[in-house]
Amino acid sequence: MRQVFSILVNNHAGVLSHVSGLFARRGYNIESIAAGPTEDKEVTRIMIVAFGEEDKLEQIARQLRKLYDVREVNQLSYNRSVTRELVLVTVTADSEKRAEVLQIANAFGASVVNISDFSVTLEASGNDHRTRILIKALEKYGISNMARTGMIALPFDGMSEDWEPLA
Amino acid sequence: MELSGSQIVIEELKANGVEIAFGIPGGAIMPFYDELNKSKFPHILTRHEQGATHMADGYARVTGKVAAVVTTSGPGATNIITGLCNAKMDSVPLIAITGQVSSPTIGTDAFQEADTYGCTIPVTKHNWLIKDPREIQRVMREAIRVATTGRPGPVVVDFPKDIQVAMAEYNPRSPAAIAPTADPISYTPEPDTKAIDRLIDEIGRAERPVILAGSGIVKAGASAELAEFARRSEIPVINTLLGLGGFPGSDPLFLGMPGMHGTAYANLALCECDLLINLGGRFDDRVTGKISSFAVGATIVHVDIDAAELGKRVVTDIPILADVRDALIMLNAHVKKKNRKGWLTKIESWKRDYPLQYDRDGSIKPQYVIEQIQEVSGGNGIYVSGVGQHQMWAAQFIRFNEPNSWVSSGGLGTMGFGLPAAIGAKVGRPNKETWLIDGDGSFSMSLVELATAATYNIPVKIAILNNTYLGMVRQWQELFFDKRYSHVHYPTNPDFAKIAEGYGVRGFDITDVDQVRSTLEQAAEINGPVVMNFHVNQEENVWPMVPSGAGNDEMQLGPKDAKKLR
Repeated sequence: MRQVFSILVNNHAGVLSHVSGLFARRGYNIESIAAGPTEDKEVTRIMIVAFGEEDKLEQIARQLRKLYDVREVNQLSYNRSVTRELVLVTVTADSEKRAEVLQIANAFGASVVNISDFSVTLEASGNDHRTRILIKALEKYGISNMARTGMIALPFDGMSEDWEPLA
Repeated sequence: MELSGSQIVIEELKANGVEIAFGIPGGAIMPFYDELNKSKFPHILTRHEQGATHMADGYARVTGKVAAVVTTSGPGATNIITGLCNAKMDSVPLIAITGQVSSPTIGTDAFQEADTYGCTIPVTKHNWLIKDPREIQRVMREAIRVATTGRPGPVVVDFPKDIQVAMAEYNPRSPAAIAPTADPISYTPEPDTKAIDRLIDEIGRAERPVILAGSGIVKAGASAELAEFARRSEIPVINTLLGLGGFPGSDPLFLGMPGMHGTAYANLALCECDLLINLGGRFDDRVTGKISSFAVGATIVHVDIDAAELGKRVVTDIPILADVRDALIMLNAHVKKKNRKGWLTKIESWKRDYPLQYDRDGSIKPQYVIEQIQEVSGGNGIYVSGVGQHQMWAAQFIRFNEPNSWVSSGGLGTMGFGLPAAIGAKVGRPNKETWLIDGDGSFSMSLVELATAATYNIPVKIAILNNTYLGMVRQWQELFFDKRYSHVHYPTNPDFAKIAEGYGVRGFDITDVDQVRSTLEQAAEINGPVVMNFHVNQEENVWPMVPSGAGNDEMQLGPKDAKKLR
């Protein structure tokens, strides 16, 4: 099972070490991690995508709540929240292949941020599904470089029961 | 008023009930030590920083109060990692103040610089690096609150040298500003009344209930409530290693310790119960054995103050997130007497059939020494152990009758814990006779603290059960590695009695079983620390035993009788 943890933490130095260190030392794998400010300047939101069995993920949430600078931990389900990731990807494409790559980019609403004689760099955002299909489509041309922000997510409003706060 | 950073720390220690510090000064903590001295804050100078942490740990375990550990930067701070980890594993509060190089030089690999903050994250409940003297008051209050509330644990405050001398406005009465945090770090949830009702129902229905009481009972001060609960509902009580003392060892309902070296009757009760009520224990792997054969078929109830412990290792039918004392008070208001004669009779027959025992063959048996310590001390002392065979024998053969009378390293199993912990315990409760039961291997790891016991004349009675082996490892090699003994023998142990004399401590060397009792009696009369080097039987093993990875039902009762329990 794959889960997005939305973790609200006090905006202190060292908090990220506490959070990421907990995953490492308890043997939980992080697939992606993204951190950034929230509407409250004293609070940072850390989004972590992790894989594991359901009871393991539950254990992670409970361990996270024991961290002093953690204010809130929510486990977001994929189908009831909006998830987005920003991807920058450089695809090998000379003048012959460029049109094909641009066509794919267009189909996915990805914008072109750079074109060279031998490559095209695209910027794409979307949910997990969308970015995965795009990357798969681009792979056959050869991806020379890629950077991803990691998943961020918010629950759909009006579906707050799906925030699944833990007992 | 304006005070220096060091003065603010000391004021806040005093204001928050910290009465003593254990530590060693060094370059990066000198301004603080200067103020410590000026303020006459009680301080015990140890010989190793690790010893200071175990002293604070032993002190906390017998008093329930938090002590400070003070070290310098770099090696001073890294030397306390084991002590912090030990306290974290056993949920013991302590606050370490570590010197740090001056703020501007942090990150430059300065002399005696170590990343104390980074190093101590995984071994503390929380830690702080002070960057501004104006933060000190808030950080100190938070630190002591975090250490002592909820599930207790150690905290570290890393204190750069320039901040120690920097001045800041200090108002002792300013309200404590506490940073917002998720609840579990320090709050005590109300027990869920529905879950309590369900438990009451289950108790009414159960034919073969058993209580597994952990150290949460001792920490929550819930011994009286536990005794009332067990006696009213007539449910037998098993105490975990760290829970010993939480229920009177002399009570007929007491079944001793469970698990790897527990009593056969405790393990049989765990195997055959239909209702298991875990009160403030954490289902450690040494307790449960193989999970798939643990309390099979029983309804499992778990009361714990830490939500992360509920369901962590054992699937729980009724989890109750609460301070165990609150839960017991609610239970006691409703629980009814029920006749459990059949179950209790069965347990009595197990007690008769499988008592704790050992052969007497004329050599000094370690179990015999422990029994004699129990008799000479009247069972009312404080008993401290190192880690190994002697620890298990002490847990088996001492009848603890009151809480906070047993100090032992459970979760981390820290050899060398004994002597400094005993010193800390004696400092915490000077009116209690304090007996350290140690092994030669364990004692050797921290015997340097004899100097501390001598300097401050801290009268701990030290019984070394000297078998010239790392006995527990030797036992495992004998049983599970076909007697291929690999590096477990100390044939040239020093003469511990002479070592003691070298430190200015009375030393006894005991080679004859007839000298055991008289030596202990003599030691009890001496007003000062005493070392007794008992040359015990070298091949004695701890029985019964559940082999590592096996189920509690696969317990072996003894060497000749290698058959399983059931």
